[in-house]
Amino acid sequence: MTMADPWWWPYAMIVVAGWLATDVWRWLGVLFSGRLREDSELMVFIRSVATALVAGVISKLVLFPAGALETAPVALRLAAAVTGFAAFLAFGQRVIVGVLAAEVVLIGGWLLLGAG
Amino acid sequence: MRSAVSIPALILTAAFVGYAGLARESGLTLDQTLLMTGLVWALPSIVVLTGAITGGMGMISAGLAVALASVRLMPMTMALMPLLRVEGKTKRWHLLIASHFVAVTAWVFAMRNVQDLPREARLPFFLGFGASLTGFVFCMTGIAYVMVGSLPPMVAGGLFMLTPVYFLCSLWGASRISADKAAMLAGLVLGPVFFRLAPGLDLLLTGLVGGTLAYLATRLSRRGWR
Repeated sequence: MTMADPWWWPYAMIVVAGWLATDVWRWLGVLFSGRLREDSELMVFIRSVATALVAGVISKLVLFPAGALETAPVALRLAAAVTGFAAFLAFGQRVIVGVLAAEVVLIGGWLLLGAG
Repeated sequence: MRSAVSIPALILTAAFVGYAGLARESGLTLDQTLLMTGLVWALPSIVVLTGAITGGMGMISAGLAVALASVRLMPMTMALMPLLRVEGKTKRWHLLIASHFVAVTAWVFAMRNVQDLPREARLPFFLGFGASLTGFVFCMTGIAYVMVGSLPPMVAGGLFMLTPVYFLCSLWGASRISADKAAMLAGLVLGPVFFRLAPGLDLLLTGLVGGTLAYLATRLSRRGWR
């Protein structure tokens, strides 16, 4: 933001470059999903693409995080994520168990490293 | 249902509490931060837009950058809508409104949970879930903007770690057939690779390449070569 911008400029940016640029994909998704049946082969394919994409978001968040998580070593972040997922699978696929296990490893490891 | 809603809501809130700090440091006002949260409703796009506004980027290039960060919402919406729709009854504009709530957290939660509901109940459930999730996170972002100056790095780091682990567990829980699980593994591996090779286009490529490989491999094992 430069000083020369009028006061409404950030708002215009949020509506055009933010809201429209994001929601247009959601609307296109609704229109393209048209009469697709959820058990069709095309649908299996689209779900694969969407799932792979979200999985890509996950590994980026762990390996290349923004902000404070950066200061934790990458091995610790990986260990926390893997432990969390293993605990999730081991204890009847309860999400909360996985999340808590990962946090224990992350914070515990962080404290140990800081102390050591 | 209350317990089901609280876990994704808390985790997403934690992520937005982290964002509120970034927005404040970037010089966005409280109303701009909240407008962005409510209108855009997809954290990666919000972060890109924040950078674009503070970096003095033009509207066209900022719009393109945000659009690129949001393409992923299209296949996600396409995958979810057939689950929410009642054939011949659901009006399209209802789905258009519901689609605004499609973002990774709500999507993962809905893919995992709506299948247990009768078809007629799914769209109302998703609308109610999406609206309350957005409303709750919206309020908490505002509170965090006002109250949080800066968190100790370990607390902030712990908050940021919640999101990927939550996604990891619920994405696995949401997968119904082998193609979903194969796609998840492919995406986990390819995500960082494409991030190195083609930053900016990485998520799109991860989805297309990983999803196609997973689909073809599992289709082969299901049906053979034909």
